[in-house]
Amino acid sequence: MPVTDVTTDTENLTLTITAEFAAPVDRVWQVYADPRQLERVWGPPEYPATFVEHDFTPGGRATYYMTSPEGEKFGGWWEFTAVDATSSFSFRDGFADADLIPDDSSPVAENRYTFSAIDGGTRAVYSSSFGSADDLQKVLDMGVIEGASSAIDQIDALVAA
Amino acid sequence: MTERDDDRADALFHALSDRTRRDILRRVLDGEHSVSALAEKYDMSFAAVQKHVAVLERSGLVVKRRDGRQQMASGDVNAVRSVSALLAGIEQMWRGRITRVDDLLASDSPSRPVDSP
Repeated sequence: MPVTDVTTDTENLTLTITAEFAAPVDRVWQVYADPRQLERVWGPPEYPATFVEHDFTPGGRATYYMTSPEGEKFGGWWEFTAVDATSSFSFRDGFADADLIPDDSSPVAENRYTFSAIDGGTRAVYSSSFGSADDLQKVLDMGVIEGASSAIDQIDALVAA
Repeated sequence: MTERDDDRADALFHALSDRTRRDILRRVLDGEHSVSALAEKYDMSFAAVQKHVAVLERSGLVVKRRDGRQQMASGDVNAVRSVSALLAGIEQMWRGRITRVDDLLASDSPSRPVDSP
């Protein structure tokens, strides 16, 4: 498994996942810089992603939609706040409708991805922060489109607790 | 999610956002403590500690009972688990993405000399 560490900070509602890949930093960076590669990893296989825009520069935006097995489209957007090739980038991400119009009532997460060289490849650190427990729950509710059934079980666990 | 569930989640995260309350919670998860025994350890009034215990109780993290003149507090392990469960749901989504990055990288030319010194 490429995931080497998971840190959850329940006070700041931040999740940090560390993974190691058997490829150089430049190659891993390319996955995020190239929308054709990015769409192969962002959506789960049953909900493939299509990136419509991908302006990978500070202040630039990306928009994408994921397509359900029934053909329904779920939109999303990114706004890059910092891009420092090839070591790190930060972005805000949120939800959009099927026409890629941002949904202002949906939660926005703050993300920072960093990449560093290690012996034999790359260490990637993915960090996501949520504004409130409510935001976190909304993201999980929408996590259905990621096919993460376990997320639903966990909401049930919260309700039942 | 109903509004009541959202209120409950807010109460949980609010309760855990204070250092003293987290410390109290750790102690009562180890076993039942009287509120006065809990208060001895902190440099604050008994009333202040009592208030912290009340916040924990409202969130469901701590359960209190009366034993004669003493108030006894104990931790509810299941309530603590439910907090981290929310973040675990997001982790599940991330693990999927990381696995797909790994697969994409592995589909490159296998002769790529990443492991050579």
